[in-house]
Amino acid sequence: MDPILFFTQALNGLQFGVMLFLMATGLTLIFGVMNLINLAHGSLYMMGAYFAATLQQKTGSFIWAIILSIPLTVLLGMIVEMLALRRLYNRDHLDQVLATYGLILFFNELVRMVWGPQSYFMALPQFLSHHVQIFSGLTYPVYRLVIIGVGLGVGAGLYGLIHHTRLGMLIRAGASNREMVNALGVNIRFLYTVVFGLGAALAGLAGMLAGPILSVEVGMGEPILILAFVVIVIGGIGSIQGAFFAAVLVGVADTFGRVLLPPGMASMGIYVLMAAVLCWRPEGLFPAQRT
Amino acid sequence: MKRKGLLGKFFGGLLLALMFSVNSAAVGHAADKVKVGFIATLSGPGASLGTDILDGFRLGLSHCGDKLGGIPVELVTGDDQMRPEVAVQVASRMVERDKVDFVTGIVFSNVMMAVASPILDQGRFLISANAGPSLLAGDQCHPNLFTISWQNDQTHEAMGKYLQDQGIRRVYLMAPDYQAGKDGLTGFKRYFDGEVVAEVYTRVNQPDYAAELAQLRAAKPDAVFVFYPGGMGINFVKQYAQAGLKDEIPLYTTAFTLDQSVLRAMGDAALGLVNASFWSPDLDNPVNKKFVADFKDTHNRLPSLFAAQGYDAALLMDSAVRSAKGQIRDEDKLREGFRKADFQSVRGNFRFNNNHFPVQNFYIRQVIKNEEGILTNKMLGVAFEEHMDAYHKQCPMKW
Repeated sequence: MDPILFFTQALNGLQFGVMLFLMATGLTLIFGVMNLINLAHGSLYMMGAYFAATLQQKTGSFIWAIILSIPLTVLLGMIVEMLALRRLYNRDHLDQVLATYGLILFFNELVRMVWGPQSYFMALPQFLSHHVQIFSGLTYPVYRLVIIGVGLGVGAGLYGLIHHTRLGMLIRAGASNREMVNALGVNIRFLYTVVFGLGAALAGLAGMLAGPILSVEVGMGEPILILAFVVIVIGGIGSIQGAFFAAVLVGVADTFGRVLLPPGMASMGIYVLMAAVLCWRPEGLFPAQRT
Repeated sequence: MKRKGLLGKFFGGLLLALMFSVNSAAVGHAADKVKVGFIATLSGPGASLGTDILDGFRLGLSHCGDKLGGIPVELVTGDDQMRPEVAVQVASRMVERDKVDFVTGIVFSNVMMAVASPILDQGRFLISANAGPSLLAGDQCHPNLFTISWQNDQTHEAMGKYLQDQGIRRVYLMAPDYQAGKDGLTGFKRYFDGEVVAEVYTRVNQPDYAAELAQLRAAKPDAVFVFYPGGMGINFVKQYAQAGLKDEIPLYTTAFTLDQSVLRAMGDAALGLVNASFWSPDLDNPVNKKFVADFKDTHNRLPSLFAAQGYDAALLMDSAVRSAKGQIRDEDKLREGFRKADFQSVRGNFRFNNNHFPVQNFYIRQVIKNEEGILTNKMLGVAFEEHMDAYHKQCPMKW
């Protein structure tokens, strides 16, 4: 593989990793704080993409579509949390898996009824549709660079939020000792709703960014959801830092695996990686501290 | 209490009478009702194809006056959820409880392989409106199975032939890593003699192709041929254009990637792409004109090839029942009717091969924008005339 191709594939891997990070971070946050396995996270990703695609057609602007879709997915996430998921916190994980799987079916059929069974179109915004030359011989699509930038920005923002704000302190406290936080008089119910809204926003954002590249269609969240689970297991469940490094690792490993390994091996690649990491560190790369 | 008992007896008698009336439609008499079971993927990610086939099939029925061969028709629909085991349950329910005479629909080949014997073993007729797996065209062909669409390999063969005729020497092939993908590329290579630079199989439902497209660009082939149906096709075509490859290396594919139901979701990324199909919306014959115009009026969108297949399935059933003079319980007569296929199809004349798969033309089409600015396909030329599938000689049926 010549150096230019190698560098291109590295960027592709990073970009894919960043998309996975946006998905995985919400998933791991919800699991870490609320101890909830949310299979419907992929549905929030899909809803984000549908909201943005619809608003882009209505407003004609990609930027406005994103700005308006984020609060919509937050709202949707909060409503889902209050109506359905709130009842599941004290149930075991099997019940949660069953109920949130039901939500996947619900959202898929809802989308089919509202938007129809055919895929929806979301255009690449004109001002981001060109290529830039990174160095001689290597050009890369601007939009994919923007995705990398947004992902890194979100990562940095989350780091600041978790480590330097009061909400972040409560999230960390909630993740390590739920009962104690409650005993200290924090409205844990409200905290959960907020965290779920934040997770929904991240999933929705991933969907909105994916919309112009991918087919906006029923069930689009499921393939990426599985990978997001792999990421949070490798990164250490509940750890945002872990999700970031694991996402980039999985993104790069998957990209190079796809081009270097024979097809059957390539689809196994990241699962082998996961097994290897778990052998070495059963709690994942960056296990969240619990008491 | 007494009244209730009487009422019960009354209903019991009614039920008995009903049962007799069903039984009386036995061999030798024309039936007073024909029941059709329609099984397809109608929910979830694969729903778009099944919905299109059903819409086409319903339009076909309504053009036959909601009758098949003059007998009123009752349609029972079932959703296979794209899962073979669910499809088997739906099929058994239709055969045993609903007592359907025909089953049609069936989008995916793996579903087809699962439902074929539960339906055929009960002496019912199965009319595939989409799936055409090679096994059922070859040595496992069945006297009661008719495929109105195509054999899976054929459309790919047409594109292989076209690129061969165009004098293209070095092609790069891509498809998802599953049976239909491998069959597709096998079909392509059957008629293409040039150099295959690479044959790349990607994960099923893989959303992003950036890595593969970078490899493809570096290989510098003369042309690219891919088989990516449905959502995978939308992803691939969009990303191919976004990578700037569309103007660099011509992309060739089949109607499964560029059918009417996905063009809107691709936008201008699809414009100008060349693909192979047995059908095109601008095929010049009266049945097709009527079908396209009425489909557009009814559903406010242009039909896809899948809708065309559904439509032809209805017309075929109508002709078969008419040829059998309404004696739908007489298997042999009905089979004769199906074999005759005495109807005008959206492709013009229609005939079956010995294995009950169509002998038909394949066309080369190009994606254009019509007068209303809607993306659709236009015919460029003919790749094959009266094309037979590669497996019909392995089928022992002769008639």
